[in-house]
This record gives sequence, structure tokens and C-alpha cells, in this order.
Amino acid sequence: MYDGGKIITGLVVFVGLVTFPLWSNVGKAAKKPDPKIDTPVIQQLAEKKCIEPKAFMQAEHMKILNDWRDSVVRDGNKLYVSSSGKTFNMSLQNECMNCHSNKKQFCDECHNYTDVKPYCWTCHIEPKEKEKVAWASIEENS
Amino acid sequence: MLEKALYGSKGYYVWILLLLGLIGLGSIAYYTQLTQGLKITGMSRDVSWGFYIAQFTYLVGVAASAVMLVLPYYFHHYKAFSKMIILGEFMAISAVSMCMLFIVVDLGQPQRLLNVILHPTPNSILFWDMVVLNGYLFLNIVIGWTTLQAERKGVTPASWVKPLVYLSVIWAFSIHTVTAFLYAGIPGRHYWLTAIMAARFLASAFCSGPAILLLLALLLRRLTKYDPGKEAIQSLAKIITYAMCVNVFFFGLELFTSFYSNIPGHMHPFTYLFFGLEGHGALVPFMWAAVVMAIGCLVLLIPPALRNNENILVPALLMLVGASWIDKGLALLVAGFVPNMFERVTEYAPTIPELAIAMMVYATGALILTVLWKVAISVKKEIA
Amino acid sequence: MGINRREFLKIVGISAVAGLGGATAVDLLRRAPVEASQASPNPKALTAKRWAMVIDTRKLTEADCQRMIEACHRVHNVPDIGTKQEVKWIWTEEYEHAFPDDMNEFVSDEVKHKPFLMLCNHCDQPACVRVCPTKATFKRADGIVMMDMHRCIGCRFCMAACPFGARSFNFGDPRPYVKEENRKYPTRMRGVVEKCTFCTERLEEGLMPACVEVSNGALIFGDLDDPNSEVRQALRSNYSIRRKPNLGTQPCVYYIV
Repeated sequence: MYDGGKIITGLVVFVGLVTFPLWSNVGKAAKKPDPKIDTPVIQQLAEKKCIEPKAFMQAEHMKILNDWRDSVVRDGNKLYVSSSGKTFNMSLQNECMNCHSNKKQFCDECHNYTDVKPYCWTCHIEPKEKEKVAWASIEENS
Repeated sequence: MLEKALYGSKGYYVWILLLLGLIGLGSIAYYTQLTQGLKITGMSRDVSWGFYIAQFTYLVGVAASAVMLVLPYYFHHYKAFSKMIILGEFMAISAVSMCMLFIVVDLGQPQRLLNVILHPTPNSILFWDMVVLNGYLFLNIVIGWTTLQAERKGVTPASWVKPLVYLSVIWAFSIHTVTAFLYAGIPGRHYWLTAIMAARFLASAFCSGPAILLLLALLLRRLTKYDPGKEAIQSLAKIITYAMCVNVFFFGLELFTSFYSNIPGHMHPFTYLFFGLEGHGALVPFMWAAVVMAIGCLVLLIPPALRNNENILVPALLMLVGASWIDKGLALLVAGFVPNMFERVTEYAPTIPELAIAMMVYATGALILTVLWKVAISVKKEIA
Repeated sequence: MGINRREFLKIVGISAVAGLGGATAVDLLRRAPVEASQASPNPKALTAKRWAMVIDTRKLTEADCQRMIEACHRVHNVPDIGTKQEVKWIWTEEYEHAFPDDMNEFVSDEVKHKPFLMLCNHCDQPACVRVCPTKATFKRADGIVMMDMHRCIGCRFCMAACPFGARSFNFGDPRPYVKEENRKYPTRMRGVVEKCTFCTERLEEGLMPACVEVSNGALIFGDLDDPNSEVRQALRSNYSIRRKPNLGTQPCVYYIV
């Protein structure tokens, strides 16, 4: 083999670089996300249900939000009738976050785990820190 | 053929490294812009486009370098351009690439760029500009590369290249026309709302594009001994001279209509450019420099005896490039925004980071041009 | 069956392109989770065929105008930047700057020094909508020229095209400049264009636009297509002007002088 030393060194460097994501993360397994839904508003709900079934929301919430925003902004629609026949306001900031006022424990929990960075909150104002404190104290008391 | 760009003299490598260094420096500024937004530029609510879009507009003109060679060569079988034509085509690639980069660095949300394709909007001229610029880039890459490859192998280019060449000539006119339409179709901007805008763009492009090409070709001859031929140089100089005459004439037409009609809205931008308005006159020295250079270059270019002397031709071309750059790469844009929609004056000047980002784009274009021309010259020398 | 290298590569290339394109197409054609029939307007919403505003400048003082500007900018989280990269939805101008084409050498003192409210004209033939390359700004069926901030790429073609200087660009992040956040309304992000929306979010709730609400009757808002509407009555009984009507954009904001 001509230039054997160079080739082998090159191969080692190449394999090292290609496997970078693997070995750089060894032993750093993130814990399974555990989104919380026990906010004061949800606690007071008679029936603790989201607008659509949980599995559907887990899989499709981003698509629902995407459709909502087009429907609200572009078509002037405001109301959403769910599959169970209930009516909701199509609003991330004023409807979703009204119940899910714990962005850190609800939204960020999975988004951080899957490393997706939705830019919803660069414009839509997330619930205040104060509310989170209030919610935390409720949690401690309960 | 691209491997030819890997072997060069020391000077060639130093030049490449220098360009990479400039790109690196500029990208620091661009990173700042990406994270902080366009607030690092000198643009404002009143002058909402600036140096980037002005350079984009000028470089669309530079992309015309190809067509002024392709048209005589293929339509009129003017063989004297045979050694120069590939340089023109490759320079068009570089110029169009810079155009697109300038558009991208000007966007507030560059990561949403593909919205232009995801939500195609035929009533927007910007949509069509994207189509014609990409088309022109594609045409020049395919034509330039295939003809060079055929030449290297000593065969005639594939039969399907010819129709593309003819298409590229017509297409070249479209990029100037459509870019002019970006401006000429806007109500309320007096400096831009003129039917002659597309014609001015063509005239300005057909002098400034070939002038830059000719200057670079002369530089190349000095550095690499690649001679495009005396006849080619003199013919191109003649084309440039005619185009510059038309360019200056068209500008005069604008002046006549504005000032003889005496309509204030039409006069204000010119007054701002040449004399200043309400005490603001940042562009006044530039404009008079452009006037001097435009007249100066015509005096040197029109008499054949002067034009054919390369010691005179080079400074004449430099003045032409200077004058056309001030006219189209600076004044055209700013005078559309000054005075603003309320007949108030807000001035514009680019900031240092803004100029650094522009430098990054120009260095990228120079890198593309260097690599492509290196390939072309190497192939030409190989078969010679 | 003979197949040479050239043909093989052609087939591979075409298959790869078709495969990638096909996958994208399938993805796009997947049924949306929200059916169109599931979404509807709020029945409380105020509706019109062609929304318009009449500004009775005779009734307005600088203080009135400031009150409306304040109301609008507070409810919409409009940042107070204060440089030439400012953002504004509604503001005041002097007569000669508001109506630069009206070049009467001598104007009554009253008109000359009166504040004129400037805002988006919600034109019938909006130049901004014509030039937008992504339909981020568009015209609704009720005449309102609307912005979709989610789609805007920040090319600022609309700002060049608008003859009324109604549009502002977020050169930087606006959040630090929003003094008091209205938590019911979003802010904007850096890199998008914004402007007055005739308060679509309030109309949906059955409310009048914020500026109209605090105008004590100096601002009239209604349906230009309804001959009996308040705006039409006001225009019938008063002389009114519009900004730059010669450009043919048909502004829907009228000024009674």
C-alpha cells in the first residue's frame, strides 16, 4: 500500500469525525420527558380534557397550531369546533396557554428533549413567571 | 475539470487565502446581523433598502458581461470573441451568485426564504426576479461548462447546447428588464416610476458589465499571459463605448422630463442628488464625481485613436465603472427613498458592519470567479 | 440486455429525484388534522363588505390624537424605539406633509397647523399586496389589508411600494422596547414588517378599533358599501379628502377638513 501511514491516519480521523455524535453523547442520556398538566386552571376543570384526545394532541398539536394560525390570520376564523362538538377559541396565547400556563414544564419539557425550537414565543407572550410561582406553591401545598 | 483549480502558483494560493480571509471577516459581521437583526445597518423606516439591494441591482448589470459576447459570437459568427466568451459566461455566474447573496443578506428572516417558492406569487415582480436570476445562473453554468468541456475534448458541443445559447441571449435581457420592473412599477416613488427604467438598466448593464470584464481580462493577460486577442479587446471597447453613450443619453432624458415639466415630485430626487435638499446632501460629491467620470470616460472612449491605446483604455474603463456604480449602485436606490412619502428628508449611509457584509459577498463572488477562470485558463492552455 | 454506465447513472439520477419529490408530495397531500368545516368566525364579530374610516379633523386636537396613538400602540404592543428605525402604526403629521400633492401656497392657519392622523389606508388596490412575494400581506374579503407575520420574509418590498409610509420594519427585536405588554396580544419578532390592521382582533370580538373607541366620535368606522352606514352618511354631508388619490390605490381612510 502506498502512503499507508497517511491513509490509515486519515481513516482514523474520518471515523472519529463521523461517530462524533455517538461518542460525544456517551453517558449523557437525557431523562425521559415528563410534561406536567397540573396547572390551577386545569385543576379546576370538571373534565380534564384537552380540545382533542391526548394521543392526537401529542402527535398533531403542531399541525393544529399551524392550521389555526392560517385560519385565524388569513381567513378571519376565530372558533374551533372539536371532534367532541365543543367550541374553542383558536389562540395559542389566549386559549392553549390559558390552561397550559406552565410553559417550562409542559412545552419545553418535550421540545428540549427532542431538540426542536419552535419560535412561537418570539411573538406570542408566554404566561408570566409570577403565575408559575403561584402554581409551584399550589403544587407544594397539594 | 474542477480539479484544475487545485493546482496553481504561490500567488494564486495567496489570493485564494486572502479571499477566504475576507469572507471569514465578513461572516463575523453577518453573524452579528443574524443574531441582532438589520438594526446594525444604516437603513431606517424611511430608507428601508440600502447598500445590499443597491449592490444587487448593480451586479445584475454586471451579469450582462456574457450576453455582449455571446450575441455577436453566436448570432453573427464573430469569431474574434472565441477566447473571451468563456470568461464572460463565467463572470456572469459569479455576478448572479453575488446578486442572490445580496438578496439573502438583505432579508429580515432569511430562514423563511423558501416561502417565495412555497407560496408562489406571480403578481410579485420579486417572484419573477427569482425565476429569471436562477434561470440565468443555470443557463450560464450549463453553457459555460459544456462548451469548455467539449473544447477540451476537441469536439463540438452537444447539439442541445445551441438552443440554450440562443435562449440565454434573450434571457439576459429579461434579468435587466425584470429587475428594473422591481422599481418601475411602484406608485409614489417618483425617481423610479419611469417607463425608461428598463432601457436605462440595459444600457447601464451593457457598458458596465463588459467594462469590468475587459478590465479583468486585461489583468488576467498580465498575470497569466492568457491573451484574449487584440481584435476582441478593441471590439468589446467599441461595444462599451456605444452602450455608455446610450446610458448617458437616457439619463439626460430623465433630467429633461423632470426639469422641463417642472413637476416638483419629479425634480426633488434629482435636486437632492446633485444639490442637496433641506440641508442634506450626502450624495452631492459622489454625483458630481460621477458626472466628471462619465464625461471623462466618453472623451477618452469615443475617439478610436485614444480607445485603441490600452494605456488610455484602462483609466477610461475605470472611470466608466466608477460613474455607472455611483449612478446605479448608490444613487438609484437612495433617491427613490429621499425625499420620503411625506416630502421629508431622512438620509442614509451604510454602517461598517453593513460594508463588511457587502465585502463578504464581493469576496465570495471573486472566489467563484477566480476558481472558474482558473479552470477555463488551464483548459485553454492545455489544448493550445 | 445491455445497459451502459451512462444510462445506468441517468436512471439512478431520475429515480432519486422522483423518490425525493414523491416523498415531499405525499407529505404535502396528507390530510390536514383540522378540517375547514371545523373553523368558523366568531358570531359576535363585526362584519362589513368594505371597512373604511372617516376622520373628522375638525374635532381633533393634538391631545386627542395622542390619546388614540397611545391606545393603539398599547393594545398592539407597538415598541417605542425612538430612532429612525422606529415602529409606528398610527401617528400625526402636518397638513403639508400628510398631503404633499396638495400644494396650495396659502392654506388656512387652522388647517396648516392641525394634526392629521396617519395610518394604513387599507387601499382597495393596495400596492403593498401587489408586490409581496409570499402573500404575507394580503387583502381580506372585507377590505382590510392584513399582515401574516408568520410568513413575512422581511424583504421590505412592501415598504418601498406603499405610497403612504404606513409600514414599519422590525430592524431588531422589538420586545425590549415594549413598555407595558398587553398579554392578550402578541408582539412581533425581529425581521418582519408590521402596520395597522384596523384591529381585526377587536372586530372579531365585536369591538370597534382601539383608536375609534377612544376618539369621542371624531373617528367613524363602518361599511363603505352600505349607503346607510355612518361613514357614508358622514361622507355625504361633509367635504372630505384622501391622501394621494391620484395614485389610484383607492385609500379607505377619509379626512373631513
